[in-house]
Amino acid sequence: MTSLPESPGAKRLGLVIDLDICVGCHACAVNCKEWNTGGYPAPLTDENPYGSGTSGVWLNRIHAYESGEGANSRTVHFPKSCLHCETPACVTVCPTGASYKRAEDGIVLVDEDLCIGCKLCSWACPYGAREYDHDAGVMKKCTLCIDRIYNENLEEVDRVPACVATCPVSARHFGDLGDPDSDVSRMVADRGGYDLMPEQGYQPTNKYLPPRPRRTEAGDTGAAAALTPVAEAGGFLGWVDRMLSR
Amino acid sequence: MPQPERTLDRHVETSPQVADEVKYTTCYMCACRCGIKVHMLDGQIRYIEGNRDHPINRGVLCAKGSAGIMQQNSPAKLSKPLRRVGERGAGEFEEIEWDEALDVAAGWLRNIRETDPRKLAFFTGRDQSQALTGWWASQFGTPNYAAHGGFCSVNMAAGGIYTIGGSFWEFGEPDWEHTRYFMMFGVAEDHDSNPIKIGLGTLKRRGAKFVSINPVKTGYSAIADEWLGINPGSDGLFALSLVHELLKAGKVDLEYLVRYTNAPWLVLRDPGGAEDGLFARDGDGNPLCWDRTAEAPRNALEADVTPALKGEFTLADGRTAIPVFQLLAERYLDGRYDPDEVAERTGIPAATIRRIAAELAHAAFSEEVVLEVPWTDWAGRRHERMIGRPVAMHAMRGISAHSNGFHTCRALHLLQVLLGSIDVPGGFRYKPPFPRPAPPGPKPAGRVGEVGPNKPMPGPPLGFTQGPEDLLVEEDGSPIRIDKAFSWDAPMAAHGMMHSVIANAWKGDPYPIDTLFMFMANMSWNSAMNSAGTIDMLTDKHEDGSYKIPRIIYSDAYYSEMVAYADLILPDTTYLERWDCISLLDRPICDADGAADSIRQPVIRPDRDVRPFQDVLIDLGARLGLPGLTNEDGSAKYPGGYPDYLVNHERKPGIGTLAGWRGDNGGSHGSGAPNPGQLDRYIENQCFWRDELAPNQRYFKHANKDYLDYAASMGFIDDARPVVLQLYSEPLQKFRQAARGHGPVQPPEIHRARVETYFDPLPIWYPPFEDLETDDNDYPLHAITQRPMAMYHSWGSQNAWLRQIHGANRLYVPRAAAARLDIGEEDWVWLISRHGRIKAQVRLMEGVNGSTVWTWNAIGKRAGAWNLAGDAPEAKRGFLLNHLIDDLLPERDNGYRYANADPVTGQAAWYDLRVRMEKALPDETAVSEPQFDALPLPPGMAKRPSMLRYGAGFRNRGTKA
Amino acid sequence: MHPAFSVIFFTTASGAGYGLLAWLGIFVALGMLPADRWFGLVGLGLALALITVGLLSSTFHLGHPERAWRAFSQWRSSWLSREGVAAVATYLPAGLFGIGWVFFEQANGLLGLLSAVGAAVTVYCTGMIYASLKPVRQWHNKSVVPVYLGFAAMTGVVWLTALAGLFGFGNPLFAWLSLAALAITAAIKLGYWRSIDNDRGGSTAATATGLPGPVRLLDPPHTEENYLMREMGYRVARKHAEKLRRIALAVGFAAPAVLLLLSLLLEGRAAGGIALVAALAATGGALVERWLFFAEAKHAVTLYYGAQSA
Repeated sequence: MTSLPESPGAKRLGLVIDLDICVGCHACAVNCKEWNTGGYPAPLTDENPYGSGTSGVWLNRIHAYESGEGANSRTVHFPKSCLHCETPACVTVCPTGASYKRAEDGIVLVDEDLCIGCKLCSWACPYGAREYDHDAGVMKKCTLCIDRIYNENLEEVDRVPACVATCPVSARHFGDLGDPDSDVSRMVADRGGYDLMPEQGYQPTNKYLPPRPRRTEAGDTGAAAALTPVAEAGGFLGWVDRMLSR
Repeated sequence: MPQPERTLDRHVETSPQVADEVKYTTCYMCACRCGIKVHMLDGQIRYIEGNRDHPINRGVLCAKGSAGIMQQNSPAKLSKPLRRVGERGAGEFEEIEWDEALDVAAGWLRNIRETDPRKLAFFTGRDQSQALTGWWASQFGTPNYAAHGGFCSVNMAAGGIYTIGGSFWEFGEPDWEHTRYFMMFGVAEDHDSNPIKIGLGTLKRRGAKFVSINPVKTGYSAIADEWLGINPGSDGLFALSLVHELLKAGKVDLEYLVRYTNAPWLVLRDPGGAEDGLFARDGDGNPLCWDRTAEAPRNALEADVTPALKGEFTLADGRTAIPVFQLLAERYLDGRYDPDEVAERTGIPAATIRRIAAELAHAAFSEEVVLEVPWTDWAGRRHERMIGRPVAMHAMRGISAHSNGFHTCRALHLLQVLLGSIDVPGGFRYKPPFPRPAPPGPKPAGRVGEVGPNKPMPGPPLGFTQGPEDLLVEEDGSPIRIDKAFSWDAPMAAHGMMHSVIANAWKGDPYPIDTLFMFMANMSWNSAMNSAGTIDMLTDKHEDGSYKIPRIIYSDAYYSEMVAYADLILPDTTYLERWDCISLLDRPICDADGAADSIRQPVIRPDRDVRPFQDVLIDLGARLGLPGLTNEDGSAKYPGGYPDYLVNHERKPGIGTLAGWRGDNGGSHGSGAPNPGQLDRYIENQCFWRDELAPNQRYFKHANKDYLDYAASMGFIDDARPVVLQLYSEPLQKFRQAARGHGPVQPPEIHRARVETYFDPLPIWYPPFEDLETDDNDYPLHAITQRPMAMYHSWGSQNAWLRQIHGANRLYVPRAAAARLDIGEEDWVWLISRHGRIKAQVRLMEGVNGSTVWTWNAIGKRAGAWNLAGDAPEAKRGFLLNHLIDDLLPERDNGYRYANADPVTGQAAWYDLRVRMEKALPDETAVSEPQFDALPLPPGMAKRPSMLRYGAGFRNRGTKA
Repeated sequence: MHPAFSVIFFTTASGAGYGLLAWLGIFVALGMLPADRWFGLVGLGLALALITVGLLSSTFHLGHPERAWRAFSQWRSSWLSREGVAAVATYLPAGLFGIGWVFFEQANGLLGLLSAVGAAVTVYCTGMIYASLKPVRQWHNKSVVPVYLGFAAMTGVVWLTALAGLFGFGNPLFAWLSLAALAITAAIKLGYWRSIDNDRGGSTAATATGLPGPVRLLDPPHTEENYLMREMGYRVARKHAEKLRRIALAVGFAAPAVLLLLSLLLEGRAAGGIALVAALAATGGALVERWLFFAEAKHAVTLYYGAQSA
């Protein structure tokens, strides 16, 4: 049913992405591709893989932006996958019931067997989280690695989304954002985690942690603006003499 | 409380089977060598993930490693030995059987070995088996061997090893857990990539400050707390200005300098004398210092000396000597290093330089890190705690690939040493088996008399020269090696000069060769300077129609641009199909807290008629009857190929390629007799071995008794003597003295002035040569490359996933510079150097040094190579800067042309490049230039699929069971 | 948004078809049209053919047309599903209406009215599919449903005028009604264009990323275009769009209006003939308008790919 759950559970699984430390290495995107091309949405097709116009299905993509101008500009690497919104219009527009939001954990999924490939869900998503597989004729999307996070064939420590497990700088965190005491919720509270395009009203579950302020001013590390030359007679070498003869 | 609704009508298989079997091995998607777990399902690779227990990557895996499936799946894999049938470069081959291929190769090589072994030039690329390949060259008897270090980062390695007996990356790392202030110089993104990423995450979470000094703000620089967009090639000047500020303010760690460095050693002042600038030594050769207590010279290596750091002293023989520290202070206190003086050249405001110096001093001296770990120094003195200066630095190729790179690397180490931050808590830390003496043995073999028919060389082809007598030069001073490494052109070329081989072989300078034998080195394309010229040299003929480089044997797993230029192709396997080892004898994977090595094991069987290159090399060695590779009866010593060699080869008694589980029952580590079950033990232990240091061994390794004893017992160093950090480098001074006319081995006249200038025993800064050669008005811009984190050199373009991320490259241009030339986003421009011109498409950027343009390295591909379609974006919109870079410097007054390289080490100076930019005309096509004829595919290549559905077979597999 | 021909053709054709169906139903109910078999066959036949061809063409862009029947299931939340249900439901009264008219020459006014209601509801649902999509500012606009209803009514009544004229059942009222529909729809559309030109929308590259502006794309995730960019990254140059707007107004509104005024001066089949040209022009103008409706729509996702505002 593409109506949203009438009595959703308190659990809201999602990701917290730390833009302060993401170096834009694409590890999360490729590891996601690797896991999922053999997982729940298998395969993640690649069209013209060795020619021009190559177009693959990716559930996670890394953009790079420059924000601000001149000396104050910063380069920000920006990973983006499905945000598993609280009010996902991609689900409610689906005419067949293929798209749905799980009541028990808030994950938004596509049942590919029901999908007619009308692409309306991708139009309804402002974030570009829906990926149409032209070859299979169905829509694919981030499943939050539903075949990992509950997978009893994996060790417990591995039961996190592939993007989180592989992230070399630990810029990606997985947890229950419905629980205010969870690590991810605390991180969001401490760091001022925010929603993408809140004005669209989708109430994304995934949150982004903003880059921390730069430290380029005197005093930012506790140091003075410049060092004071030694005052000794004889200058620096005189100072060396005194220091050695202490 | 109401129960949450469950979407019970939806069946989702949340616990599908992931693998039939999980195999551990080591990644080879770049040089990082992370531990991986390969999940196999239905005989196919289901998933590759990082090994959580592995010391390098601790469970994480980068984009390249995660794309391993597509490397295995690449249609660019070669499938059978090939023999050239058309003209060289035409790409026309016939398939032959392995026996025939090996016979042909052995025939060529046997003839060379019987006559003049130098005529084999054996060069390997990003080879991770240099312990084997270098040793094989010695056994063959040719000095003409090197791997790719000469065009990669030899400045970094040599600068470090000659100064602190260690270096960045494989030989050392920042103390990510404790450092308060971290400076990263230049591009570093494809070396040590996962450890650096893990480290940066750790460091930033702790709130330490991260300063990036790089003309380009991408990748790691993007997350720096402060980015300094320095002018390329001026990092050394910036570092020495910081040294100036610290010295002036007395913010140096004198105690550290006295204890651990040669700062107190006395330098002879004897202008015009043979020993001017060398250390004053006692009768036993020990360096002297001036003991303030005894008021007399004493052996500086004794524990109880109280040395002077300044003064001018008269020795017993009447000569004058001055402590290193005074020379150093005098030099860097000079006003030319004042921030006001260097601001313009570096592009960093004077106030910023002063502030950074103050921040360094603050972190080092006001934020000491104290670990309550008692330790004992080399002299047996017990210290109750470990006190550290939490400043750490890292640099790689961005510093290295300039013609002033060696001295710049030395300057960075000088800065760290003055702050007392080498191998202390919070500082730069050595990774075992480093530190080693600065410099360590051995010296390069191949001197006059060491090379001859049918005889192995007495040592390895590469090593560390300590003075003119160690050079590989003929009596007349001309080079012995084909690449001119260890000659007066590049006396400290510790990694060889692969970038000079083809040009020298083509010219017959210093002599013609017979066979060029290369392994995974894309020398006709992105690994060469002057790529188009290199292609011409590879195909050039004498008047009689014979090739100027008579024979070329090439081994590669893939259809790289180089394949078409070889006469005989020996197809290699992928990294998932082979045995390999990451050896302590080679480029180890140790971390600061432990020694480690590892293996690769085959996880999938090749579906083609290919063989691991190392197996082939061992087979060839046996066919040639090389002494180390045959038994006395002439039979092959390692009939089991590379795995047989890994287990049974001993370099010295008890020391082999793998350090773990040696001896009977695998009970000894480090040294011990070969253990036939060794590889099984590695596999049981997830394919790696690691020996963790005790807490009291982990810092001050250069002077830590418990560590030094351990290192000596493991064979890392010859004895447990401390490693004294060499601020003043005597080997450099020895070369300089030779240039001044002293000693038996002196440079030919044409080289004298150059050697005298650049062999300064203290770090110097000079503008990159290209800056001196070009007029700022003609070529106002610097042009450099950065390394994309999701690509490793040319390899990634055959990878269906990675090439979607970097399928074509742009020329990144500072917004303001573009505006001045009326160049807009997406425009096509010509980039012109003194050597050539290329056409590229522009992307405007804010975060880049205002006089620098840059692009991603090695994305441009030749049409047809790597089994990509002819119209692939890599060929049509991708481009290389290589076409702009001359492999030689312009002619000197005396007519001589040096390699475009560092004058000390011979490191290729990729990043010296100067260019100007012109907007392409509106009617010029939107295609990058230059374009080359498309390479045809050799026989046996897989067909490119038009649709990839990898993993379709795994769909719903969990529910089938 | 990528102006996919199948969807443009579908909405234009079925819009005209539903419009024609609705007017036929209403005027039969009002007793202003005779139950002439051939007129019924051609009029209703054309209406139902336009509707059916349009619906079929809309399935061409589906990945799995054979599963299209599943689209009737989610009428509780999905306007697309509702449209499907309404479209199919409308066939029932329309079919009976047609059978009575053509086979029995008995045009039932109630069935006609029910068909008209079904047609209106279906077109309303079509409009709502677009109007409900928040990520597309140019669609999430209060004029979108009136535009859809207006174009359906307008093209429908012009076709009615033409057919009635050709069959000799012409009535100046039809032409006057057509002129009114043209005027009203033009006004709505002009209002819509003014609205999307003036409303800057709430989403920008800065809100999309949460970063301090200006925010510029340095590198897209991949160097070749992906599905999102092909489907939603369509850009039409402003100059080009303005030209097309003028063409749509000239061909779709001005020309039919002039022709219809001309037809009022003529009698019988000649008037019908002129009105037929007007109907073709109005439909052509509607196609241009519908192409622009897509081409000028900027999806919020483009903010992640370099657009500053959507």
